[in-house]
Amino acid sequence: MPEKIVIEQVTRIEGHAKVSIFLNDDGGVQDAQVHVTQVRGFEKFVEGRPFYEMPSLTARTCGICPVSHLIAASKACDQILSVRIPTTAVALRRILNLAQIIQSHALNFFYLSSPDLLLGMDADPAKRNLFGLAEKHPQIVRDGVRLRQFGQQIIERLANKRIHPAWVIPGGVASPLDPDVRNQILSEIPEVKAIILRTLDWYKKSLSNYQEYVRTFANFPSLFLGLVTKEGRLEHYHGSLRVVTARGSILTDQIPVEDYATYIGEAVEPWSYLKSPYYKPLGYADGMYRVGPLARLNIANECGTPQADQELAEFHCLDKGAVLSSFHYHYARLIEILYGIERIEQLLNEPDILSTNVRAHAEVNNLEGIGVSEAPRGTLIHHYKVNEDGLVQSANLIIASGNNNLAMNRGVLQAARYYVRADKLTEGMLNRVEAVIRAFDPCLACSTHALGEMPLAIELVSSEGKILDNLVRG
Amino acid sequence: MSNKLKLATIWLDGCSGCHMSFLDIDERLLALAEKVDVVFSPLVDCKEFPEDVDITLVEGALGTEEDLHKIKKIRARTKILIAFGDCAVTANIPSMRNPFGVEETLKTVYLDKEAINQQIPGEPLPPLLPRALPLHNYVKVDLFLPGCPPSAQTIFTVLNDLIEGRTPDISALTRFGA
Ligand code: SF4
Repeated sequence: MPEKIVIEQVTRIEGHAKVSIFLNDDGGVQDAQVHVTQVRGFEKFVEGRPFYEMPSLTARTCGICPVSHLIAASKACDQILSVRIPTTAVALRRILNLAQIIQSHALNFFYLSSPDLLLGMDADPAKRNLFGLAEKHPQIVRDGVRLRQFGQQIIERLANKRIHPAWVIPGGVASPLDPDVRNQILSEIPEVKAIILRTLDWYKKSLSNYQEYVRTFANFPSLFLGLVTKEGRLEHYHGSLRVVTARGSILTDQIPVEDYATYIGEAVEPWSYLKSPYYKPLGYADGMYRVGPLARLNIANECGTPQADQELAEFHCLDKGAVLSSFHYHYARLIEILYGIERIEQLLNEPDILSTNVRAHAEVNNLEGIGVSEAPRGTLIHHYKVNEDGLVQSANLIIASGNNNLAMNRGVLQAARYYVRADKLTEGMLNRVEAVIRAFDPCLACSTHALGEMPLAIELVSSEGKILDNLVRG
Repeated sequence: MSNKLKLATIWLDGCSGCHMSFLDIDERLLALAEKVDVVFSPLVDCKEFPEDVDITLVEGALGTEEDLHKIKKIRARTKILIAFGDCAVTANIPSMRNPFGVEETLKTVYLDKEAINQQIPGEPLPPLLPRALPLHNYVKVDLFLPGCPPSAQTIFTVLNDLIEGRTPDISALTRFGA
């Protein structure tokens, strides 16, 4: 019977979680569970509310990626209205979505993960954070703050508010793009492009220092899932679902998002409020898949912007098939930031981007709506049924980070087996286990629609179920 | 240890938006760190809420038994406890489940949707409170900072005022739903 280690507060992640590591009689690691410890019941309390409240309400599942919920919800509502929204509105929603991907990736990479990468996994925990990093590598911190700010400012300039703006609405967006805002954003592009290019440059140079983490951080075969365009390009707003195997070959392609329920099932585990989605044709839990930046780069043939395409070609050379190590989520995030900047530039230069036709008007014409988009952390699905008055009858939300639940649990087990020595537990061992979770960048706020504070805890539990050690860092 | 003021931030039953708004002070975050020590926060690695904290920003409502336990500890260890954002001040979004009750809510989320292993998760998860409630239902709150979320400028002004010993004029800065 196993003993158990519990990490009671996982820190520098975006949500409430704790980890249990179960030991066998020899003190080796038998199993590991990531517990997501809160649930808010969005799927219940939206029942009976008017569908047009859904964007603003569901945005409140998450303050890190509210724009993703605004977009998935509005797309589901567009279907309820049965409208095709103006092309300019699509372009503006895309810009907003990419701005959020930039800010969210910058948050994970610079604010949460780079202290591990630059100060070291065993650095003094009191200093292993953004502020400690600012003392040693001030330029890197300034770069991270600037990139995040660039994304957040675009959201503020377009939508009037950085967090929980009300601008994305069923039928389009609430107001057209101001020409001054367009010029302002375009004038900042060279600066932020230079920042991400120099970040990619040092990251790639330092990758050889992280080979052990590449090997041990959730590095195993799984499926990869996400949206692609008809041509198989990287896509974050429209598109269809593609599933790729660990060998890098396409398993299923161009699944219309409306058919998601045929391919994606959910399972409940008693020890987590977070459900575990899986790829239905392979069953539970063989249908484990990963989503998010790593998955998106694995499934995409190309990005469609010049510099990101060069980076993607290099990235695809990391492994023979799909890139399997979750440590490479970090690398993938940097490439997606570059892509986001390039793509925003392209969109702002589209001829009709300043058009004032940005909203379609209609009543309820359809009693069901499914909206899918790529959030920073992966594929996000909103599915609503409404009655003739437009009141929500039922809602199902499959959240980006939830899609990674199975793989994240597997990854934590892999890292725990490799790093945790129950007889001499150190803070650095547990920080490595947490760092695997950080690599996935789970947004636990969203995941259970949802949770509270970010800290995560690790608990060491004995074969009789006795808690042996509860590593608390003061 | 330095004699800087100690600042803590914590996130209970909230969406993290209030914390993100705090980060939206951008480069002023580093200037702030020169005046205060961030001793406990989702941004740093401290696992146990420290003693003798000067200012704590608490985001989110009280949603689980664990939240209750935490807020009591935070209260006992904090001089100025700030209800940070509408969820902390009024229970806002988390309270929307209140009219349905816990059983009904969990049933919809875990039993009514098609899934494998249908069940309501339990051990070792903290049970939900019958109703999500604002902080002041359980502990004394020293400052209410409404907004969903309060703007970065508001947060920065309030923290600066407190650090410099002034009482911030909240109603001039923010409101519910801001
Ligand atoms: S007040 Fe608003 S932004 Fe803050 S936690 Fe609650 S829902 Fe999120």
